[in-house]
Amino acid sequence: MSTGVRPRPRVVLAKPGLDGHDRGVKVVGMALRDAGAEVVYLGLQQTAAQIARAAAAEDADVIGLSVLSGVHVDVARQVLAACAGEDLGDVPLVVGGTIPPADVIRLRDLGVRDVFPVGTPLDDLVARIFAIAATEEEVPDEQ
Amino acid sequence: MSSEPRPVVTDSGIPLDPIYDATSVADDLAGRLGRPGEPPFTRGPYQTMYRERLWSMRQYAGYGSADDTNARFRYLLDQGQTALSVAFDLPTQLGYDSDDELVLSEVGRVGVAIDSVEDMEAVFAGLPIDQLSVNFTINGTAPIILAFYLVAAERQGADLAQVAGTLQNDILKEFLARKTFIFPPDHSIRLVADVVEYCSEHLPRFNGISITGYHAREAGCDAVQEIGLTMASAIAYTEAFLARGLDFDAFAPRLSFHFSSQLDLFEEASKVRAARRMWSSLALERFGAKKETSARLRFFSGCSGATLTAQQPLNNVVRSTLQCLAAVLGGAQSIHVMGYDEALEIPTEESVRLALRTQQIIAHESGVAKVIDPLAGSYFVEHLTDEIEERAWELVRRVEDGGGLVELLAQGVPQRWVAESAYRYEQEVRSGERVKVGVNRYVDDDGVVPPLFEVDGASAARQRERLAGRLAERDGDAVAAALATLRTALVDGTNSMPHIMQAGRVGATLGEIADTMRAVFGVYREPQPW
Repeated sequence: MSTGVRPRPRVVLAKPGLDGHDRGVKVVGMALRDAGAEVVYLGLQQTAAQIARAAAAEDADVIGLSVLSGVHVDVARQVLAACAGEDLGDVPLVVGGTIPPADVIRLRDLGVRDVFPVGTPLDDLVARIFAIAATEEEVPDEQ
Repeated sequence: MSSEPRPVVTDSGIPLDPIYDATSVADDLAGRLGRPGEPPFTRGPYQTMYRERLWSMRQYAGYGSADDTNARFRYLLDQGQTALSVAFDLPTQLGYDSDDELVLSEVGRVGVAIDSVEDMEAVFAGLPIDQLSVNFTINGTAPIILAFYLVAAERQGADLAQVAGTLQNDILKEFLARKTFIFPPDHSIRLVADVVEYCSEHLPRFNGISITGYHAREAGCDAVQEIGLTMASAIAYTEAFLARGLDFDAFAPRLSFHFSSQLDLFEEASKVRAARRMWSSLALERFGAKKETSARLRFFSGCSGATLTAQQPLNNVVRSTLQCLAAVLGGAQSIHVMGYDEALEIPTEESVRLALRTQQIIAHESGVAKVIDPLAGSYFVEHLTDEIEERAWELVRRVEDGGGLVELLAQGVPQRWVAESAYRYEQEVRSGERVKVGVNRYVDDDGVVPPLFEVDGASAARQRERLAGRLAERDGDAVAAALATLRTALVDGTNSMPHIMQAGRVGATLGEIADTMRAVFGVYREPQPW
């Protein structure tokens, strides 16, 4: 468990399922890195179990999934279950990609912390991921 | 207001003067233009172009089961579409059957699920294969899909010499941009060559490969990189085919190309004019083409999904219209226009019909198809064509100096170029330097969403049931024998196509054939970007 706000939040990004379109996840990774985050990109075709194990090994502050093939709801459900299995249930999960508005609500109801459909302004996305990483820490940083 | 005016540039960053005149154009303009249908093909691959025949209106379609897709194809043909283009689901693209536990939620999702020859027969049920022209968007499993299609054609009683269409079959762009590769590059290119060899011997009306810049462009590169990387790919494939002993003039006339059409109208039209000139020069000067048709670049133009916005989705109708217009001004042989709702979901029947109508209005009402290469002689367009060509050659040289495209892809270098361009684009949108209407200018937040396509949740289950039925009916010994023969051909290096067809005939599934290939070739994992 972390003991304070990390100066650099650690974000684990992955593309679950079989979709190969990785423009979005790479742009997000570069934007987060430029904003000061540590970014671990797991690459393509990651299974839920692989993502959960990597998030545990990397001590992730946030897990981000990028899905453009329409299977975001199934995949988010699987990753949340795998994280719970790894005792990682409290690591916030965010999902981005081609996501219709109705599914944003479905994802949030499942327990996904934030959703970034196509068209989310990049600054907005980075700020929201940093905010999520900060609020996840057990003990706030002493100023 | 800033005191320093920003330089005005094209989408690819080419600086633009305020006005162009006769001094902007190369001296030998007539020689650089030539005539349509003659080298260097700047003005088009055919003498008569759209006067004699319009481009093929080829909307990309496919979803759910084979029966669902058959229904969509019949609808599109009824609406006046003139050729078909099949989208396959991700399991089919990656060589998994619909009952594979890795892929349950992706069956029939972004394209049709094909497990067996019987599925392919169902896709084309009632559609005479020998009278169609069909594009197959498939790469990793391209030999299997072609084999299944040819067996389905046989079963319809078609003559293979009449089978027309295009197999995408460009594996290099999968490593570069789209990422649905399966096997390592050397084995992948061998399979591409098996197909191209088979096509040059048996399928005179079929394009065995479509060398593609589209996906790198959609993944973020600019128009100059798109053309440069496509030519670098064309060089890599040609060298591989020649190394295998194929004769250049036997395969080159059936090479097809695929570009993206985006929004910078004049740059997009100039880009393809430059590309035709580049391939003409490669074919005639570098590869010693004896036939003029070997030097003639024909291309399919896909309008750009990456430029569409989820905000104010109806604006995408206008974007797609401009992109289709750019493709027509550039002289495309075949065009797909995106549905306006594709930043949100796969398109509805209504948005697909509007996309097709967009093509029809441009074709029949706008007048732009009435003359060949209407932009020729424009000081601006000719200057831009020269400039793009020069910059794209520079990129080709850079790739060659780095050891060629296959070598650079293994190092992850061009993948990085594409990712960096994509990031630069987003930063320009973020800063407002690049205007996106409805996104960073003229924004309104009314949240209006058009009615979206609903995936039929029962369709995947139907597909799995159908597969189970096929597996129960077939002769298991015949399948095992066919797969063993295929395995031997894969190891020996003999052309695999006839053996894949035989496996399909006796009921082997796409997943079983792909597994046979995986066992011989192994699978590829890409180098990490950082």
